[in-house]
Amino acid sequence: MPDSAAQGRSLLPDDQTFAASLTRRNRRARIWTLFFRLSLAVAMAALLLLLVNIINDVFGEVAISNIHTEEEVCGGPCSERDSSELATVLGRYEPRRLRVIVRDQLSVVDPAVFTQMAASQALRPDTTFPAGSEMLTINEMTNEQVVALLGANVPQSVMVEYVLADVVGYAILRSWPLFTTLFHYETIESEFRQLVAERNPPNPRLEFRSWLSWHFVTNPQSSYPATAGVRTAILGTIWIMSLTMLIAVPLGIAAAIYLEEYASGRSRLEQLIVTNIRNLAGVPSVIYGLLGLAVFVRALEYFTSGAFIGLTDSNGRTIISASCTLALLILPVIIIASQEAIRAVPQSLRDASYGLGATKWQTTRRVVLPAALPGIMTGIILSLSRAIGESAPLIVVGAASVIWVDPTGIFSKFTVLPIQIFQWTMRPQNEFRHLAAAAIIVLLSMLVVMNSVAIYLRQRLRVRF
Amino acid sequence: MSKQVPTEKKDIIGRALRRPDAGAEELQRRPRYSESLVRAVLLLAGTLSIVVTVGIIVVLGTESLRFFTPPSWIDSFFKAAEPVYPRDTTLVLSGSATPLRAGDHIQLHSEQMLVTAYDASDGALITVERGYNGTAIVEHAAGAEVFKNVPVTLGEFLTGAIWQPHIGRYGVLPLVSATLMVATIAMIVCVPLGLAAAIYLSEYASPRVRAAFKPVLELLAGVPTVVFGYFALVFVTPVLRSILGADVVQIYNTASAGIVVGILIIPTIASVSEDALQAVPISLREASYGLGATRLETTFRVVLPAALSGIVAAFILGVSRAVGETMVVAIAAGAGPKLTLNPFEGAETMTGHILRISSGDVSYDSIDYNSIFAIGLLLFIITLVLNMVSRAITRRFREVYE
Repeated sequence: MPDSAAQGRSLLPDDQTFAASLTRRNRRARIWTLFFRLSLAVAMAALLLLLVNIINDVFGEVAISNIHTEEEVCGGPCSERDSSELATVLGRYEPRRLRVIVRDQLSVVDPAVFTQMAASQALRPDTTFPAGSEMLTINEMTNEQVVALLGANVPQSVMVEYVLADVVGYAILRSWPLFTTLFHYETIESEFRQLVAERNPPNPRLEFRSWLSWHFVTNPQSSYPATAGVRTAILGTIWIMSLTMLIAVPLGIAAAIYLEEYASGRSRLEQLIVTNIRNLAGVPSVIYGLLGLAVFVRALEYFTSGAFIGLTDSNGRTIISASCTLALLILPVIIIASQEAIRAVPQSLRDASYGLGATKWQTTRRVVLPAALPGIMTGIILSLSRAIGESAPLIVVGAASVIWVDPTGIFSKFTVLPIQIFQWTMRPQNEFRHLAAAAIIVLLSMLVVMNSVAIYLRQRLRVRF
Repeated sequence: MSKQVPTEKKDIIGRALRRPDAGAEELQRRPRYSESLVRAVLLLAGTLSIVVTVGIIVVLGTESLRFFTPPSWIDSFFKAAEPVYPRDTTLVLSGSATPLRAGDHIQLHSEQMLVTAYDASDGALITVERGYNGTAIVEHAAGAEVFKNVPVTLGEFLTGAIWQPHIGRYGVLPLVSATLMVATIAMIVCVPLGLAAAIYLSEYASPRVRAAFKPVLELLAGVPTVVFGYFALVFVTPVLRSILGADVVQIYNTASAGIVVGILIIPTIASVSEDALQAVPISLREASYGLGATRLETTFRVVLPAALSGIVAAFILGVSRAVGETMVVAIAAGAGPKLTLNPFEGAETMTGHILRISSGDVSYDSIDYNSIFAIGLLLFIITLVLNMVSRAITRRFREVYE
């Protein structure tokens, strides 16, 4: 049909225009595609940069020195001095450490009551006491009496270790990141020479240091970067996470079961619950912190401080308050994840169960829950990995900023890894930044392990219907 | 009914089956108390979420109310320059401080007074009404400290430009403006990046590429925010300072906090927008291809408009997350409320302020303690409204295709 062909041609652009515009359109398409790819690359790059930065701070050269020389402290090698001379040295340089050493070496009672008991009761029965000190508590003794106590009772080899660690010690003078260590070593050397010339510290030396080490994981918190560790924070995290899960998981699953299995979806109350859970999931975590502060820390202080079972040494800023707060925070996440898992269980399974005469609860417990378990577990672990990284609500609830003792129960004061990272990051000195980076690695490792478990469970327990 | 119990029949998992000769009465519907109990317990767990919401509102509400009606006396930094006798109605004050205003309540020891006039030209001379609020009129020695009661009004709270509770200035604007600035910078960073990533993953990437990149985005979403705070302070701020000059960019600044919050939200924006794009039926795209459109033209003219409601919802959700983000701003944006539009200066956000005040040993019912709840209430309202709008948009404007 030549007519319609002519008509068609008049509507469409001629070949040349079409070709030109096609080239233009394709070029635009290529440019935009490049931009799309680039955006994804930027997101990846951010993640990569983050990791590179952390690694850069975790390793690096440090300039260290002793705090005092052995010559200055013991007048020669300290290992040649006897116990009482070494105790005198400790008394002169580190009087605050004396009683701690007595507790660690000689005490036979619980640390909590150690300071309140007479020395003769609190210490080992074979202890030799300096005159007149048997009936005093450790805090009533004079420094001289404690020095004499140590000198007479602690073996020389142990005292040498204390003197070397606490008096001779070692301090980090300056630290450099990995990048500088690898590529600008001459800067480090010149800065080190300048440092030595300025301060003339005893026995200075350069050393390569990995801030992340086994000691870092097992040492308690300390104000000296050289010996600081994250044990206190890790234990706090473990305590709080366990307790949070204990509270949130049953409640979350129960709520999800109600909404999916029992609710008709028509009543006002049920609709309110559903809307409300979605809204709660969007509330900033710091608000939950305020809720926890007003309710758990303050209003329920009698319970959360342990006063109702006779504890008197703490306020409401305890592990139990923190766990309750975090539990409320992750409750919506657990409910939503469990709901989805329960919804994915096919109706035919329920019908089969009802057909056998099972009641609703029997069906739910024996058929629906086992089938939904992998999904629920995954949801729980994902919510846990959200909770483990939370610090804002816990800071508001009142994590202790400086805490030297490990948490021992649900009424202990606490700190957690993210808070430790926050505090170290906020310190102006470089050394603490390295500590923060090392703590980040510990935290990220915990997260990776948990997520791997979640993925493994998802693959392993998946049931196909 | 025979008394003899027949040998029990067992089912395949070993439980006793109903006796074969069970009478009809046994099959009748019976009240199942345990079932009702279980149902009640489950319902209770479900309603806990409502209790939490009510708890948040009650706690924030009551503590904020205390903030707005405080019996709080703060140091006016004035002292009585001369002894004050019971018959005096004019007081000569010494000290350099913000002038008192007519209507201010002041307190010397236990006696309250109402300031009726203030004369700034003649030293610091004020006229007062003695024994205000039924307090006893007593004599005061020279040097007595003058406290003043600054009632916080809602209007002042919302419109005041200075936040310094210790001198009685409670304008929340500096905190709000810093929050908005961080959120704006974050959105400038994350909307183009997140949306482009979503378009790429949904419209361009092969299933294999998608499978490879989605976990990476999830990984980015899973990194604790405190780590991003560290990243902002240790990496982004130094980079900004080396590019723009250390004299322009302060160590703590909202720009670096905003950029990092933006990176933090990319996964949120990307995954919500991608869901919206995926919800657009393939037939729409095919119709567009059939008309000769390129993939880009299809994306921009067909898929994006169809998914717009979802993308807007993602955007609002992103704003809400940026407003509520705490650790990054607490670490990188600086401490100290400041009303500034310069992104390279430090300014404290609402969340940052709440965190800083509560991390100190704040005593209950102090003005600081009450103030963080008032700020929290404002934050809660802002994020709640944003979230509700976001969900309403998704629900209302979602195009439903068969």
